Amino acid sequence: MDNYCLKLNKISKSFGVKVLDDIDFALRKGEIHALVGGNGAGKSTLMKIMTGVYSKDSGTIEVNGHEVDIHNVENAQNHGIAMIFQELSLIQTMTISENIFLGREIMKNGFRNTKKMNEETSFILNKMGLDLNPEITVEHLSVGNQQMVEIAKALSKNAKILVLDEPTASLTDNETQKLFEIMHSLKTEGVSMIYISHRMNEIFKIADSVSVLRDGKLVFESIIQETSIEEIILHMLGSTSDVNLLNWQERSYSSDEVMLQVIDLSINDQITNINFDVKKGEILGLAGLMGSGRTEIVETIFGIRKKLNGTVLLNGENLEINCSADAVKAGIALIPEDRRRQGLVLIHTLKDNILLPNIKAYEHNGWINENQAVNATQAKIDEFNIIAKSMFYPINLLSGGNQQKAVIAKWMDINPKVLMLDEPTAGIDIGAKEEIINIVRNYADQGNSVIFISSELSELLAICDRILVLHDGVISENILRKEILKEEELQYAIQVS
Amino acid sequence: MQSKLVNKKHAKPIPFDKLMVYIIFVIVFVFFSILLEPKGFLNITNLLNILRQTAVISIMAVGGTFVMASGQIDLTVGAVAAMSSVFSALVLQKNGSIILSVLAGICFGTFVGLINGLLVTKLRLPAFLATLGVMQLVRGSAMKITDTSAIPIDNDTFTYIFGAGSVGSIPILVFWTMLIYLIGAYIFYKSSFGRHVLATGGNRLSAEYSGIKTEKVLIISFIISGLLAGLGGVLYAGRLSAGRFSYGDGDEMSVIAAVVLGGTAMSGGTGAILGSLVGSLLMGIINNALILANLSSAEQMMIRGAIIVVSVAVSNLTQKIQKAA
Ligand SMILES: Nc1ncnc2c1ncn2[C@@H]1O[C@H](COP(=O)(O)OP(=O)(O)OP(=O)(O)O)[C@@H](O)[C@H]1O
Ligand SMILES: [Mg+2]
Repeated sequence: MDNYCLKLNKISKSFGVKVLDDIDFALRKGEIHALVGGNGAGKSTLMKIMTGVYSKDSGTIEVNGHEVDIHNVENAQNHGIAMIFQELSLIQTMTISENIFLGREIMKNGFRNTKKMNEETSFILNKMGLDLNPEITVEHLSVGNQQMVEIAKALSKNAKILVLDEPTASLTDNETQKLFEIMHSLKTEGVSMIYISHRMNEIFKIADSVSVLRDGKLVFESIIQETSIEEIILHMLGSTSDVNLLNWQERSYSSDEVMLQVIDLSINDQITNINFDVKKGEILGLAGLMGSGRTEIVETIFGIRKKLNGTVLLNGENLEINCSADAVKAGIALIPEDRRRQGLVLIHTLKDNILLPNIKAYEHNGWINENQAVNATQAKIDEFNIIAKSMFYPINLLSGGNQQKAVIAKWMDINPKVLMLDEPTAGIDIGAKEEIINIVRNYADQGNSVIFISSELSELLAICDRILVLHDGVISENILRKEILKEEELQYAIQVS
Repeated sequence: MQSKLVNKKHAKPIPFDKLMVYIIFVIVFVFFSILLEPKGFLNITNLLNILRQTAVISIMAVGGTFVMASGQIDLTVGAVAAMSSVFSALVLQKNGSIILSVLAGICFGTFVGLINGLLVTKLRLPAFLATLGVMQLVRGSAMKITDTSAIPIDNDTFTYIFGAGSVGSIPILVFWTMLIYLIGAYIFYKSSFGRHVLATGGNRLSAEYSGIKTEKVLIISFIISGLLAGLGGVLYAGRLSAGRFSYGDGDEMSVIAAVVLGGTAMSGGTGAILGSLVGSLLMGIINNALILANLSSAEQMMIRGAIIVVSVAVSNLTQKIQKAA
């Protein structure tokens, strides 16, 4: 069959443990092929082999029916394969056009021809329907636009096969919509795409076919019309697991006692006079578009940002929080939005990362009790089901979802009274999402308070007792979960108000 | 489930970046032992002499390890040692009190460390520039207040305890080195502060989000480095029976080389205290061997530079090969 543009035959790879086991995978010309699977299933690894980042142990790769050798990213590029990584890889201090032409600058008489490069960049951006100045430095772009620039970069290299590894994990709904439009138009131009995501509804919106990886094996493949969310999840989790989608569960704990009260909090000229409270045992959701002030509010409560004025009361007592250490001492924890930059020390081990906020608890008379520390780490690894070769391996070798579980695990060790989570399920598979939501629920059931930020409304509706909707730094709605009947209502409240 | 945590507690990756210095040390040592055997390289007196001469660098390298593991750099240590030697000598001359004299040297170092820390955290100067400036300021001041002349020390107890003495045949400086390394290794490996230093150097933002006062961590790291440089100055004064503006010239570079050779990353986040000791000793052996070999100081300098480059390159290459495997 020659309508395949890419075939992977019997690909295997091990990093000490076997990560990919005899994978056969085929991509048709001009299709969008979703690749799904649990955290650590091997999706990113398979794609990195295809794009020359990792070398395979065995197997062959065919492009347009010819077997090819891919040893590095350049080889892959020459065969028209490009990848948008899970971790964005643009250089923040350079302009859009400098990034796009990095390493293959257009020269004229021995000088970089900036004008020409800017023109070509504009051309590509326009073709994608993006109105961006090629001379803006990347750090000034939203994450969504950075993603678009990554795609533009790949296209400018004539990519015919494009791999997108969880591109929507940090995008707003609008940005996601935009991305899908661009993917559609690329498809009509004959670009084939492999699309990795943990969000099932997206897959059914955009993909033509789907493959499921589980524990390094390809276990299922289908045209999208011939399958269902349930079937895919079943294959992801293995036939033994029961498929339990995210559903609202009646809470067992309820109290009228206020735990955290925020009074007239002002953070900048946009976010002023914020007032709300969280009760004991309550899970409060913060909904809103990106940039609506959700992150700023939790970061201010946590002491990472300075407030202009306002007070925060914990159990009725005034909290003086000037830095994050004060917040930790008071029993407030924040699981930050960006796990790689804010949540983890990537070069350190899983163990060191998990113990970091609470390392003093293992120090007795000035000595860290190594045994106790190891046992505590092991307990967290078991409790959160973190899949890792060993707790002594650097955390950047863990799959994205397992890294995120480690960020949550590290905070549970201090037993905070108020737990604030900022997009905690970004990049996490369905099974782990369920686990995290259960952990948060149990945690709240012990009388602790939770503030939960998420851009996935179905998730907010599954877990929150009450949802605040933020709009440009103003709380526009305060809705009890019971009052929301459909996801669309919440969506409407967020978009319009 | 995927094989979860195979071999739970035992699977530790081998830290080649930290081990390399030991291997290089052995190779260089054996090489010189054979080559310079007739010149008495292996004589006990020569070996003890090496220990004596590297003591100050070794001690300052403990501070250097903290500063570099936290992602910073301290160029002031040589100048601080010079000024501290001058202060100690002056106080000893004027007042005669050993305790006050030692305190003067150490406090000065601590003070400069504090200033460095404040410049880097509160004023957000890059450490390289801040400490480059302070280094010149300090050495310049030392030159000025002594008018470039040495301040002699005429106190046998002082010179015995802080440099010239020995217990049995073991130079007292060796004991000083051991003491500082014991304390340093304890703080670095066994206390929570050591973890905080590594976290701050590994990812300052993440450390901040983990409730660590990263500014405080950086300031304390600079203070440790300054304090030990101050002690280094006192030890120079003791060993050479004088305080002088020119002591410790270029020590900052030797310290950086020793620390990096020892397995601490200049970018921060990883470090090895004992590696720094071996790194310092390696530098000491090389210096000593080059002198024994009767090379001119120009040749010494060239070869020393080449050896440092080759050692760090070998160490990096092994890591690369190890990673690719
Ligand atoms: N460089 C590496 N060294 C050692 N192990 C690795 C390396 N890269 C990945 N692994 C391991 O390989 C397995 C598969 O990882 P991979 O990143 O492909 O998962 P994934 O399917 O993309 O998961 P996620 O959805 O969480 O991103 C994981 O167990 C991971 O720990
Ligand atoms: Mg992945």
